[in-house]
Amino acid sequence: MIEVSGLTKRYGSLEAVHDLSFEVLPGSVTGFLGANGSGKSTTMRMIMGLDFPSAGQARIGGRAYRDLRWPLREVGALLETRAFHPGRRAEQHLLALAASNGIPRRRVSEVLGMVGLADAARRRAGKFSLGMAQRLGIASALLGDPGVLILDEPVNGLDPEGIRWIRTLLRSLAAEGRTIFVSSHLISEMALTADRLIVIGQGRLLAQTTVAELSARAPSLEEAFFFLTAGSAEYITGEARTS
Amino acid sequence: MTQIQLTAASTPRGHYGFSQVARMEWAKLRSLRSTTWILLILAAGMIGLAILLLSQYPSNWAHMTAAERASFDPTETGFVGLALGQLAVGVLGVLTITSEYSSGMIRATLSAVPRRGMLLTAKAVVTGALMLAAGEVLAFGAFLAGQAVLAAPAPHATLGQPGVLRAVLLAGAYLWLIGLIGLGLGTVIRHTAGAIGTLVGVVFVLPLITLAMPDSIQHTATQFFPEAIAENSLTAVKPVAYSLTPWAGLGMLGLYAAALLVIGGWLLARRDA
Repeated sequence: MIEVSGLTKRYGSLEAVHDLSFEVLPGSVTGFLGANGSGKSTTMRMIMGLDFPSAGQARIGGRAYRDLRWPLREVGALLETRAFHPGRRAEQHLLALAASNGIPRRRVSEVLGMVGLADAARRRAGKFSLGMAQRLGIASALLGDPGVLILDEPVNGLDPEGIRWIRTLLRSLAAEGRTIFVSSHLISEMALTADRLIVIGQGRLLAQTTVAELSARAPSLEEAFFFLTAGSAEYITGEARTS
Repeated sequence: MTQIQLTAASTPRGHYGFSQVARMEWAKLRSLRSTTWILLILAAGMIGLAILLLSQYPSNWAHMTAAERASFDPTETGFVGLALGQLAVGVLGVLTITSEYSSGMIRATLSAVPRRGMLLTAKAVVTGALMLAAGEVLAFGAFLAGQAVLAAPAPHATLGQPGVLRAVLLAGAYLWLIGLIGLGLGTVIRHTAGAIGTLVGVVFVLPLITLAMPDSIQHTATQFFPEAIAENSLTAVKPVAYSLTPWAGLGMLGLYAAALLVIGGWLLARRDA
C-alpha cells in the first residue's frame, strides 16, 4: 500500500505538486491520470525517494522509501524509458541491480524471459528500440518480485501487442494481491487497465475514485475526465496563475 | 510469459548493506568498455612514456652538463607517464558517477540503493580499489621497464636504493587519489564535460596561471598543486626545493580527495536525482 499525505513540491515560485493526499490499495490496478505536466512524474519520483518533497510525505507499507529493507524486493519502478547505461548489455544491467538487493542471478534470465527479451539479453541496451527499452525497464521493475509496482507511462513506445501484454500482466499482478500504481495520460488505456483512479490537474488532487464511478458521471470516461480537468484549469486561471 | 514467484521465505532477513552495494558497483564498473579502455590508456601512458623518455638518456648523457647530470633523478624522470595517467584515472573517477546522470541510470541505482551516503562510499571503495591496484601495478611496471632501458653511462635506480621503493609506491597511490578527486568532482558537478574540464583545470591549468605571479607566491602555491606534489614530493628521490615532504604531499592529496567526496556526498544526499 502506498500512502501519500500533504505531498508538495515547489521549484522556486512554481508549485508542481500541491498538498496531494491519496492512498493506493493492494489487489487492484490504480491509474494515475492527468494531463502532461500535471505533476504525475514528480509525485512518483517523490514516492520513490528520488526527489525530496517541499512538504508532506509518502510511505510504502508504512515506511519512507529510503528506509525500505530490500527496496527492489518491495517496490519495482519504471520511471523513465531509459534508466540504464547504453553501453551495458541488458543482462549486465539487471545483474548489477540484482546484486544490490541480494537477488539470485537466475531471476535475471527469468525476468528477461517474462518481458520477451531473452534473445536480446546480450545486446547492448543503447541499441534497443523504444519498445525494447521499455521492456527492459519493466524487467528491472519485476526483478525483485516486488509487492508494489510504480510505473510511469509504461505503454509509451509499446506496439499494440505490447500494450495488450502489459495490460494483462498488470491485471494478473494485481490479482495476486500486489499494489499496482500506473500513470498515464491516455484515458482509454486507463479505462481498460485500471480499477481505481487518482486524477490530478495542476498538481492538485481532482478525484480519488473508481473507473466505474467516474464513467457513470458522464457519457464516457473521457468526457468525465475532461469535465474534471476543465474545472481544475478554471480554478488555476482564476486564482493561482500569478507565477 | 509466466510469473515465477519468489516465495516470501526467499527474501533474506535483515536489510541490504555495504557488501551488496559494493557488489553492484563492481558489476557496473567491469561491465563498461570505458573502464577497459581507460586502464589500457593508463598502462600505455605509464609504461610507454617511461620507456620513451628514459631510453634517450644513455645516448644523450655525453652532451648533458655536469649540473644536469647531478640533478638527474632516474626514478622521478621515469614517472613522466603520470601526466597522462592522472588524466586517465581522473576521467575514470568522474565517469563512475557522471555516466549515471547522463544515462538516467542514477534513478535505477537510487531506487535499488536509497541510502545515498552508502552508495557513494561503495563507489569510492570499489572504484578506488581498482584504481589503487592498477596504479601500484603500473607504477612498478613503469619503474622496472624504464630503469631497464637506462643503460650506461646513464645511471639507473634500483628498488633497494634509499627512497626509491617509497617513490614507486607513492606514484601508484597518486593515481588512486587523483581518481578519487575525479569521483568527488563528478559527484559535485554531475556533468561529464564540466567535471573533466574542472579536473584538467586543476591539474594542468592552475600551475600555468601561477607562472605569471611573483616567485614567492609561485613557490608557496605550487607545492600544493597535485602535479607538483607528484613530481617534487611523491616520486622525487633527490630532494627538490620548495616542495612538501613525500608524506605531507600524500596527506595533502588525501585531504583534497576526502574534502571533495564529503562535499559530493553532502550534495548527493540533498539534491533531487
